Amino acid sequence: MKGRSIEPFFWSLFSSGGMLAALVLPALALALWVAIPLGWLQAPGHQHLVALIGHPVTRLCLFGLIALASFHWGHRFRFTLYDGLQLKHLFGLIATLCYGGATILTAVAAYVLWTF
Amino acid sequence: MADSVAIEVRRYRPEEKSEPYWQRYEVPVREEWMILDALNYIKDNLDGSLSYRWACRMGVCGSCGMMVGGEPILTCASYLADHLPGPIRIEPLRGFPVVRDLVNNLDDFMDKLTAVKPWIVREQEQPLSEGEYLQTPEELDAYKQYSMCINCMLCYAACPIYELEPAFIGPAAIALAQRYNFDSRDQGAEERMDHLSRDEGIWACTFVGECSVVCPKDVDPAGAIQRYKVKAMTQWYKSMLLPWGERKR
Repeated sequence: MKGRSIEPFFWSLFSSGGMLAALVLPALALALWVAIPLGWLQAPGHQHLVALIGHPVTRLCLFGLIALASFHWGHRFRFTLYDGLQLKHLFGLIATLCYGGATILTAVAAYVLWTF
Repeated sequence: MADSVAIEVRRYRPEEKSEPYWQRYEVPVREEWMILDALNYIKDNLDGSLSYRWACRMGVCGSCGMMVGGEPILTCASYLADHLPGPIRIEPLRGFPVVRDLVNNLDDFMDKLTAVKPWIVREQEQPLSEGEYLQTPEELDAYKQYSMCINCMLCYAACPIYELEPAFIGPAAIALAQRYNFDSRDQGAEERMDHLSRDEGIWACTFVGECSVVCPKDVDPAGAIQRYKVKAMTQWYKSMLLPWGERKR
């Protein structure tokens, strides 16, 4: 593996986060922002939602979604800054901020979901 | 249809002027003319000093790629009438050094192309007595799309990354590496992977996708690069998690 890039690791988070977000978020948005307000689906009560999110499988899924989507953002934003704003000379700083930001978001998600 | 159209050519003649400049020509419009025919008209009738590359006139040789109205195209494959009313601006391909007028220096691309070993690599050639390497139609289909590349370099001119990051190996070279990786007769995928799974290889690509948009042969270099990334990522995880696994040597 000598001389090879660490990039496959970040790209795997980026690509899986992008795919997951593209699959799950439109479905969530459709259910929560369209189907329920229009009365196509019956709105779940507060107790029901709390019980749903309290379930370990839901929490695990939400954690995976938030963590990977955060790293998707971090990776994309890093290259947006590199290429869009042509800041490649700030390589280390930008990578630290983007992936650091994604790590913080992941940690917050873990904390909130753990203590829910 | 108009009788004539103005064509503005970006000229660069270093022995006369140190800076490039625009020169305007008035060219007749014929329904069956391609952009290249208009350039040939200028060369033959108006200004013999205009320099540009072309050869086959049928979209096969890949020599006549230029920026027309800011878009990289094969000038032999685009009707003049489709660019009316003009003026039509013609420039050399973006991202490459210019030798003269519309002629680019191709050394960088040729070096990158050679480096990905775009030929069938065998650990050991089988003796002639065993006959040819047979291939099924399905095995041919696995790489045929990528073999359509004519090295016209429109994809490089369309790629914003290549312009920003000249070390980037670039779309066509990576697609041609895939052409051999997917060939059942080839055994060079490991060597190519070592060269391509680097920051200036497949990882420099941010999937803008313009390379596939402008490709006159529908090679889809962007798709080739993303497939390469998936392969490189799987190998990376295997080599990290299973130190004994996957990679020989």
